[in-house]
Amino acid sequence: MWNLLQIELFKIFKKPRTYLAFAVIAAFIFLIQLGLYVNGKDWMMFMLGSLDETMVVDYNKLVNGYAVCFFVLNLLLVHVPILVALVAGDVVSGEASMGTLRLLAAKPVSRTSIILSKYFATAVYVFALLIWIAVISLLVSLAVFGKNDLIVAKTSGLQLIESSDVLWRYFCAFAFAFIAMMVVAAISLLLSTLSDNSIGPIVATVGIIIVCTLVSEMEIPIYQKYIRPYLFTTYMLGWKGFFYIGSTADGETIKGSIEYLPGIIKSLVALLVYIVALVSSSVFIFRKKDILS
Amino acid sequence: MKKVLLINLFIQLCLFSQAQDVNLLVQRVKEKINRVNDYTADAKMKTNVSFLKVPVASVKLYFKKPDQLKIVNEKGISFIPKGAVNMNMNNIFSSGKYTVLDAGSDKLGKTVVKVVKLLPEDNNEDVVLSTLYIDEVNEVILKTKTTTRDNGTYELEMQYGNNISYSLPAKIIFIFNTKDYKMPKGVTFDFEDGSKKKTADEKLKNKTGKIELNINNYRINKGITADVFK
Repeated sequence: MWNLLQIELFKIFKKPRTYLAFAVIAAFIFLIQLGLYVNGKDWMMFMLGSLDETMVVDYNKLVNGYAVCFFVLNLLLVHVPILVALVAGDVVSGEASMGTLRLLAAKPVSRTSIILSKYFATAVYVFALLIWIAVISLLVSLAVFGKNDLIVAKTSGLQLIESSDVLWRYFCAFAFAFIAMMVVAAISLLLSTLSDNSIGPIVATVGIIIVCTLVSEMEIPIYQKYIRPYLFTTYMLGWKGFFYIGSTADGETIKGSIEYLPGIIKSLVALLVYIVALVSSSVFIFRKKDILS
Repeated sequence: MKKVLLINLFIQLCLFSQAQDVNLLVQRVKEKINRVNDYTADAKMKTNVSFLKVPVASVKLYFKKPDQLKIVNEKGISFIPKGAVNMNMNNIFSSGKYTVLDAGSDKLGKTVVKVVKLLPEDNNEDVVLSTLYIDEVNEVILKTKTTTRDNGTYELEMQYGNNISYSLPAKIIFIFNTKDYKMPKGVTFDFEDGSKKKTADEKLKNKTGKIELNINNYRINKGITADVFK
């Protein structure tokens, strides 16, 4: 299994498109950081809506490394699935289109091992991608914008998390995002086992994500009640739950607390169930598959 | 007829002396407050506003006569209500021209207080009416209610400690009106975690905000540079 994983990693990291994702992310984050460096105060004033009608706050302090990283993650984690699909959608179908899948299947290793090693190799890629995001969005932002308390905007209001209480939330959020991205990787893998060319699974994964995200966010009662609870995209935003801090009845935040941990756990369990179901289906299909190409 | 005139004269005299008493009381309170030219102090600030969740902040207070007050959180970020400058007692008397009205006596806790209303003579003043609850024994203001033209109504409650001789409170509770807070549409993308959401009734209930300052470590009349207030 270890050898298979090494081979799969070699295949993934040999392809130029793998590095394309890293470059795209770096460029995207750099543009955000540059924009916020120049117009951070204006952006923060817009984000906080009508707050300045009631309160006086130092907006320059609010634009700090933690806030910039939070903004980056809000924008980026919606789009990272596309970059994950770019690699994960190719792992089986890419080999099928090149004709190497037959050779691989002819080796004295089980098909289950083959498909699992491909999934684990994708996991390494996703992990590297998230580490890359963490380094650029968090460490670079902290270096450029400095450290201060983090403001989090919710529809119901604003919450301020002390700077000493933020870092662990980012670790948890990135860990959660990893699980969420692995669901996307599992969908791509499943579609990849069904296809003989790479484009199909990649486009189909992106399409599924877009449709599911839209349905998740549409505030139409029938969708909210009967469809939303079953969509994986509903649970992918769970990383944000780590930034919803608990508070007393007087609105005083409780350091180290999470407003509603069961909601995050529920999301995590839902995503893990998706992963198990999708990867099992991939294994099942791949084991039964007639490899003709 | 003579009796009626005498009674009338007596009432007039009583009212006049009462007004004189209240004016004197306000004057004495004002003089006590005026003994402070500037101060800095440390404070713990607790914020209770319906749309905010914030930690208790360690802040520094800077005051310079006549009406400069600044609250600074040097280590972190704090939300300071607009009109926080009204936490400064000098601000109540800053215009200098006002009519003092005796509104009788009341009780704040166990303390009997004199209720005094101040009506600014200048019609363009932001403050429309101030009601002061004065502890006559210690000659300090324990509570104020201020109605302004542009910034709603403020309420201040003070508790005094070691610096009562300077009319500097150890604890201030500042109650103010909050406006409806609105987030721009589509900027949050909330995670629906299944927790209980506030109902419309609960949101409406809390239209006032409260700031609680526990103040210590006053440094009085040591001089403060004007740069602090820039």
